[in-house]
Amino acid sequence: MSFQPVLLWSDVLLWLLVFAVIGLGAYSGRARHLRRSWKRLGKSNVATAAATLLCAFLLVGLLDSLHYRQRLPDAPGQSEAVYAVEALSALDGLLSHLREHNERTYSAPLAARAFVMETEETTAGVTRVYPRLHYGGAHLEDESGKAIDVARRALTGVGLALLCTALVAGVVFRRKPQSDFAWRGVLSALLVLFLVACTLSQLAGDYHVFGTDKVGQDVLYQTLKSIRTALVIGLVTTLVMLPLAVALGIVAGYFRGWADDVIQYLYTVLNSIPGVLLIAASVLMMQVVIDTHPQWFSTSAERADLRLIALCVILGVTSWTGLARLLRGETLKLRELDYIQAARAFGVSSVRVITRHILPNLMHIVIISLVMDFSALVLAEAVLSYIGIGVDPSMHSFGSMINNARMELSREPAVWWSLAAAFSFMLVLVLAANLFADAMRDAFDPRHEG
Amino acid sequence: MFAYILRRLVYAIPILVGVNLLTFALFFMVNTPDDMARMQLGVKRVTAEAIEKWKAERGYDRPLFWNGAAAGAGKATETIFFQKSARMFLGDFGRAEDGRDIAREISARMGPSLAIAVPTFLLGLGVAVTLALMLAFFRATALDFWGVALCVLLMSISGLFYIIGGQFVFAKVWQLVPISGFGEGLDTWRFLVLPITIGVVGGIGASTRWYRTLFLEEVNKDYVRTARAKGLPETVIFFRHILKNAMIPILTGVVVVIPSLFMGSLLTESFFGIPGLGSYTIDAIQSQDFAVVRSMVFIGSALYIIGLMLTDISYTLVDPRIRLSS
Repeated sequence: MSFQPVLLWSDVLLWLLVFAVIGLGAYSGRARHLRRSWKRLGKSNVATAAATLLCAFLLVGLLDSLHYRQRLPDAPGQSEAVYAVEALSALDGLLSHLREHNERTYSAPLAARAFVMETEETTAGVTRVYPRLHYGGAHLEDESGKAIDVARRALTGVGLALLCTALVAGVVFRRKPQSDFAWRGVLSALLVLFLVACTLSQLAGDYHVFGTDKVGQDVLYQTLKSIRTALVIGLVTTLVMLPLAVALGIVAGYFRGWADDVIQYLYTVLNSIPGVLLIAASVLMMQVVIDTHPQWFSTSAERADLRLIALCVILGVTSWTGLARLLRGETLKLRELDYIQAARAFGVSSVRVITRHILPNLMHIVIISLVMDFSALVLAEAVLSYIGIGVDPSMHSFGSMINNARMELSREPAVWWSLAAAFSFMLVLVLAANLFADAMRDAFDPRHEG
Repeated sequence: MFAYILRRLVYAIPILVGVNLLTFALFFMVNTPDDMARMQLGVKRVTAEAIEKWKAERGYDRPLFWNGAAAGAGKATETIFFQKSARMFLGDFGRAEDGRDIAREISARMGPSLAIAVPTFLLGLGVAVTLALMLAFFRATALDFWGVALCVLLMSISGLFYIIGGQFVFAKVWQLVPISGFGEGLDTWRFLVLPITIGVVGGIGASTRWYRTLFLEEVNKDYVRTARAKGLPETVIFFRHILKNAMIPILTGVVVVIPSLFMGSLLTESFFGIPGLGSYTIDAIQSQDFAVVRSMVFIGSALYIIGLMLTDISYTLVDPRIRLSS
């Protein structure tokens, strides 16, 4: 084998979550009261467009969650295979030219020459010039042809994108879909995605489309790698939060009495501590634990990965209170309804009443709040990483990109591309999530009916 | 009223005790003072004596809960829990890593924090309520649709972008205001304009959209239909009836945060170099000054509990149907 698969904890969790979501979707597709809501969701063009965009982000994130270690070339007299220490992901493999084409330092988007002057010795003496980049535009004999080359590649990209979209549209409409599923939303989102992806892939081979950062790394590569971190934070956190919120919320609302008192006390205490401070305190503590136990981690990637998961756990433990309070209130109302009173009078056990009658009627609240929390968590990651209590500094994330690049705006002329790339990718991700959440709420919340 | 406030104060005590125990557990039991000493001293100088000295200087060399070696009441008081956690109830927060008294530092930094937070809060509330009322007034028109779309867009932009972008455009490129800093006296306003504007703009998307839904919920109620049937003009209905009734849910969300204004805004203050409590907290987090973080957690929760109490009281002021005594 030329590679050895590596399982990082966050990979396992992310894949598990994806399967869980698919399973949940399949379950709720069969449950009649939820199927109607899904259908309503499918009729909205905004919802399907946002979902398509989110799927694209998810695809990048999942590709980045298949890690392996490359096999090193055999040394003479070596019997066993030796693998590289560094764990790469499938995305790294696909983008190997972006990962390896490092310049010396900053370069502007699509530039052929470096951003800072360097001393060059020629026969005429020592001169200060902007040197040519090692990779960016290196294929050009004559730099004056750059504009034409870029335009040609961009046009090819646009052409390809139109072709791809037309193909998909052809397949969809050939089969003449009977349902009123909002294909227009999917197709317009796909058009945008293909336009961006094709243009980028045409240009990225020989240029740094978003420029390079201080150590010469391609910004496009960093941005794509950051997507996984954002997804892990947004999704794995819910894995921690959901069981806590659902279990405690329902128990408090259903059994009332002392259980209710204890749980209410617990979430009032957690709620009353300012969120950022509670997270900061927990992260500081986690950092101390990690720093005092270096023997737990064999590689730095493993340490960064566990730190990411610990951050998710902390965010989950500190953010279940809102959902738990909602579920408690709703359970209080539900348990007084006639059919549940009847079930109890027949002697149906509490566990069965909760799982058969209460939980299904709370599903819409759970689904809505999960989608709503996602965008908040993605935004929170950036802020936490800026404060220095976010992900490991060695891990690519929107927050650390912003944090590393914010001082560069004060340079003359300003280095703006890292910030612009991080902010715009984050904006698209969060905007898609917000729009999808809105559509979900309209479709699933019975109060929004009509 | 007085009895009610008193009762709420008594309820607040167990919650504060809970916060105190939780932070104590986080800061002293998950990792010991030895770990903290090692963090603060750095890797190079860590010897057993250095750690003992560090702990003794800060009073961390006592047992956690029970000091069997001390005499009399000292068995309970000569402990880390009593000295470091319980004394916060008396307003004694101890000293920061640089040796300064935390309580004094907090009272000195409250002013700048309030100078930013209060105008941001008032302006933000005013602008958001006005815009939301406008969107609700023109509901189901193109203005409403694009207004909500704009709100969602504004909500989706990271708060960091507003600050970094605003600072770059207004302070660096156009040089209208100083980039960061804080002045004394009348000149202060030049430093305040930008952070306040950014704070208002940054919060506008989410709150306008939220208030709009609150207004729209009122629009469909029976009393509004009655008012229309009576022939009242739409403007009177909005300002006399809907605005007043929607103020109740708006108040719940708003009053809770008023005491927390003292804490300042973490990001704004640290970006603009304002010597308030927000930047104090950020500095403490970044330099891992556990004593300061612990104090801020305690103060923050106390302020939040006061906020909850104020919310309940404000209910009775705006909604005569609610009686506190019941």
